[in-house]
Amino acid sequence: MRFLYYPGCSLKSSGRAYEESLLAVFARLQFPLEELPEWNCCGATAYMGIDEKKAFVLAARNLALAEQHGDGQPVHLVAPCAACYLVLLKTQKYMVEYKPIGRAISDALKSVGLKYRGQVKIRHPLDVLIKEVGLERIRAAVSRPLEGMKIACYYGCQVVRPFAEFDDPHDPMSMDDLLRACGAETVDWPCKVRCCGAMLTGTVEEVGQRRSYMILHEAMRRGVDAVATACPLCQFNLECFQGPMSRRYRDQVEMSVAYFTQIVGKAMGLDERTLGMHRLFIPLRQPPALLGTSHDC
Amino acid sequence: MPGLQIQRRVKYQEELDADFPRRVADMPGAADLNRCIQCGTCSATCPVSSFMDLTPRRVVAMTRAGFKEEVLRSNTIWLCASCYSCTVECPKGIKITDVMYALKRLAIQERAYPRHFPTPVLAREFFHKVRQTGRSNEGQIATVMILKTNPLKLLRQIPLGLKLLVKGRMSLWTEKMSGNKRQLQDLLDYMDTHKELR
Repeated sequence: MRFLYYPGCSLKSSGRAYEESLLAVFARLQFPLEELPEWNCCGATAYMGIDEKKAFVLAARNLALAEQHGDGQPVHLVAPCAACYLVLLKTQKYMVEYKPIGRAISDALKSVGLKYRGQVKIRHPLDVLIKEVGLERIRAAVSRPLEGMKIACYYGCQVVRPFAEFDDPHDPMSMDDLLRACGAETVDWPCKVRCCGAMLTGTVEEVGQRRSYMILHEAMRRGVDAVATACPLCQFNLECFQGPMSRRYRDQVEMSVAYFTQIVGKAMGLDERTLGMHRLFIPLRQPPALLGTSHDC
Repeated sequence: MPGLQIQRRVKYQEELDADFPRRVADMPGAADLNRCIQCGTCSATCPVSSFMDLTPRRVVAMTRAGFKEEVLRSNTIWLCASCYSCTVECPKGIKITDVMYALKRLAIQERAYPRHFPTPVLAREFFHKVRQTGRSNEGQIATVMILKTNPLKLLRQIPLGLKLLVKGRMSLWTEKMSGNKRQLQDLLDYMDTHKELR
């Protein structure tokens, strides 16, 4: 079975640390991910609000390209960004459920010599790590267990709903299981799947930043060292607006927000730079026992 | 009493747009609109309904009744962040997020969207960027959006922009698509020229 990697635009810019840490962790687990050549933007949520069929066609081109790499076998396409993950799943589903969409996509693809037969399986890295790699192999790869580290796992919206099947949409546990396998403690909290405000943090600030603030506030109340995220937009919102949030809501908001892959990589002893730690605005807070133990591999 | 304004606060049937609910329900995912039992679960679960002029429940009711103007000019459709909570929780299985998308598209088609409200401006900038290059560039799109909606805000954003640049999290140019870039353009051109697919 072939596992291809679909980065999406964010993992090449604001979410670069997600790509760096993801690829490093998968390489350490000897589960290489190969980037889908010639990929294009998935269309995200914005395209859907302007032109739905074009949005589906954009996403479908990536599916058709991925399928070509399978030599007749199903291909797994790993999409770490929550929006890409959702859009690719939605396109597959709606192509089948809504005939006019399926027809428009097939016709358009055909006009440029492409075809999609439905042989691609869209996977989130959390899903692949739990179901394909398995917690046993991950435990075996942990060289620096995260003892004493307390983490709030934040899944956000589109990784777990409405199309995902690998975890529970109300109380997902895959990230918790993964980080516990790395030796960390994870907290039970009510904000796991609450919206971070998405694009609203930049467009309608009071609405968007209020969302992010409520999540950080709940995490701070539980005394965690860090919030772990699985989406580039969630990470950006929760980390980069802490200054404005502190002023707006008269609170001292300070919380490490890292990609779950960075935290897993840390437990595997991968070095800071490989994991893109230098790109974080707020360094990953670590319990004293873990400090000074990182080494280059 | 001079200056006393008398204004009717209800609409009568002939003032409503009877065709509107059908046009919305024709869009993918929105067909189940008519199954709504007005329980309000969508409004309760929506993380931003406290800021909306019409809650999602009211949007559904008013769409069905034909209140086209009110619905298309509401801030609700532009505050929906596509978190899909309502879609997952709706006891009748109505894909409310898709209904919101359908209303966004209609608002843009009918030019009923607020011209300087950042959300539709951002969506349009994103659309054009991807149309041109096949990929988005968050920094560029956000900058143009701020310039078009609230140029003064750009000054406030400079520290964040610089920090992102230093950390290598924003680039001034868009990473090029490798290989057959023409293919994507042809694909989107095909959609433009084959209106029967719309």
